[in-house]
Amino acid sequence: MQSENFLEVKDLNFTYDTRPILKGINMTIPRGKVVAIMGGSGCGKTTLLRLIGGQLKPSRGHVKFDGRIIHELSRRELYETRRKMGMLFQFGALFTDLSVFDNVAFQMREHTDLPESVIRDLVLMKLHAVGLRGARDLMPNELSGGMARRVALARTIALDPMLIMYDEPFTGLDPISLGVIGNLIRKLNDALGATSIVVTHDVLESFQIVDYVYFVSEGAIVAHGTPEELQKSTVPFVHQFIHGEIDGPVPFHYPAADYPEDLALESGNA
Amino acid sequence: MLDRLANWLRKIGHSAIEGIWRLGYAGKFMLLTLLGSGSSFTRIGLVVRELYYTGVRSLVIIIVSGLFVGMVLGLQGYETLQRYGASSSLGVMVALALVRELGPVVAALLFASRAGSAITAEIGLMKATEQLSAMEMMAVDPISRVVAPRFWSGVISMPLLAAIFNAMGIFGGYLIGVVLIGLDEGSYWSQTHAGVDFRYDILNGIIKSFVFGIAVSAIAVFEGYDSPPTAEGVSGATTRTVVTSSLVILFLDFILTSFMFRGV
Repeated sequence: MQSENFLEVKDLNFTYDTRPILKGINMTIPRGKVVAIMGGSGCGKTTLLRLIGGQLKPSRGHVKFDGRIIHELSRRELYETRRKMGMLFQFGALFTDLSVFDNVAFQMREHTDLPESVIRDLVLMKLHAVGLRGARDLMPNELSGGMARRVALARTIALDPMLIMYDEPFTGLDPISLGVIGNLIRKLNDALGATSIVVTHDVLESFQIVDYVYFVSEGAIVAHGTPEELQKSTVPFVHQFIHGEIDGPVPFHYPAADYPEDLALESGNA
Repeated sequence: MLDRLANWLRKIGHSAIEGIWRLGYAGKFMLLTLLGSGSSFTRIGLVVRELYYTGVRSLVIIIVSGLFVGMVLGLQGYETLQRYGASSSLGVMVALALVRELGPVVAALLFASRAGSAITAEIGLMKATEQLSAMEMMAVDPISRVVAPRFWSGVISMPLLAAIFNAMGIFGGYLIGVVLIGLDEGSYWSQTHAGVDFRYDILNGIIKSFVFGIAVSAIAVFEGYDSPPTAEGVSGATTRTVVTSSLVILFLDFILTSFMFRGV
C-alpha cells in the first residue's frame, strides 16, 4: 500500500569530515504537493536533495521514500527506486555530446525496449510540454540558459517520475524564463500527478507556485508553513530572508577581528 | 628540533597513508570498471563511438610522428652503420628499433598526451558540470556508461596505433635509406624481412603496446573520475594523466624489455 506521506525525512543528520552540514532535519511531504526548501547559499539544501536521491548516506536518521528507507536499499534497489525520481540540476547538467532530442530520449533508451518510433513520439511530447519541440536538433551549447533548463526539465520528466526534485531551478534566469520555469513546475506536477521538491532561494517566484515551505538555516529547519503563513512570520531569519534585509540573524559581515583594532587605530598608527 | 622532526615524520606518514588510500581507491575503481564492462560489449556502439574519438582522432599525430621517427632513425642509422660497412642492414635496424621499442613506447606517449588527456578532461568536465550525477539520478551507472567504454576503446586503440606507427616508421626509414641515400631496395626489404622475427619481435611489441594501452586508459579514466569538480581540478587531473602515464609507460617498458629481450 502506498503511504500518504510520500516522503518522510526523520532526524536526518549529515556530517562532512567533522563538519556538520545537516542537524536533525524532520519533514513530511504529502503526495501531489509542491514543497519548497528555502535557505541561504551553503545551508545544506542541495545536500538534503542528494540524501533524498541516495547519492549520500546520512550520519544519522533516514529518508523514507514511498515507504522505503533510502540508505538501507541495495544498489540494485536504489537504482530501481531512482527510476521513480527525477532531478533537475542547477544548470541543467545536459549531456553536452548529445542533441536536445537525444538528451530527452536518454532514459527511455537506457531503461526501456520501446521502438525508436515510440521514443520519437514520447520525446516530442515531452519537448512540446516545455515549448521546445522545434529545438529538438540543437546541441546544448546552442541553447540559452532558460532553454537548457527547459530541456533538462523535459529530460527529468521523460519517464513520468513520481517525485521531481529541482535544485535551484531559477538561478541565473531572465524574468521571462523564470516565469516559464515556475509555471512549468506547477503545471507538470499537477499534470503528472507527481510530488515536487523545489530547493531555492527565490522567494517571489516560489511562493506563487508551492503549497508548503521549509526554511533551512545552518543545517536545521527554522520555520515551516504555507507561503501565506510564512509571509506573516515573526521568526527573525524568515523575516530577513523574505524581505531581503541586509542585516539580521544572517550578518552582513563575515566574522572578523574588531574593526578599529584591525585598522590599528587604537595603537595610534592612524 | 624534536618538534620539527616529529612534524616531518608526520607529514611523510600522512603522505604515505594518502598514497596508499588513493592506490586502494584506484584499485576498487578499476574493479568496478571491469565489473561494469558488460554493457561495453553488449552495446558495442558505445565502444565504437569512443574508438573514433580516441583512436581515429589520434591517427594524424601517430602517422606524422611515426614517419619522422623512422626518417630520423634512417639518417642516424645510416651514419653509424656505414662506418662499419653495414649500411645494407639499415632496414633491419630501423624495423627492430621500431617494432621492439620505439613503436610501442613513443606511440603510447603520444596516445597519453593526445587521447589520455582528452579522456580525463572529458570525464572531469562531465563530473564538474554534474552530468555524471545526473546520470546516477537517472539510474544509469556512469562507470558502465561513461568510464568502461572509454577504457576499452583505449585498450583496443593502443596496439593498432602502435602498429600504424611502426608501419609509418619503417616507411620513413625506406624513404631515407632507399629513396634519398640510394641503398638497394631489394636488399633493404629482404634484410628487414629476414631480420624481424614475428613471435620474438612483433608479438612482444604488440604485448607491450597492449599493456601500455591498459595502463594509459586506466590512468586517464581514473584521473578524470577522481578530479575535483573545478576548473583547476580538471586541469590538474589532465596534467597528472600525461605525467603519470609517461612515467608508468617508461617503467613498464623497462620491466617488459628485461623479461622479453634478454639476448639469449
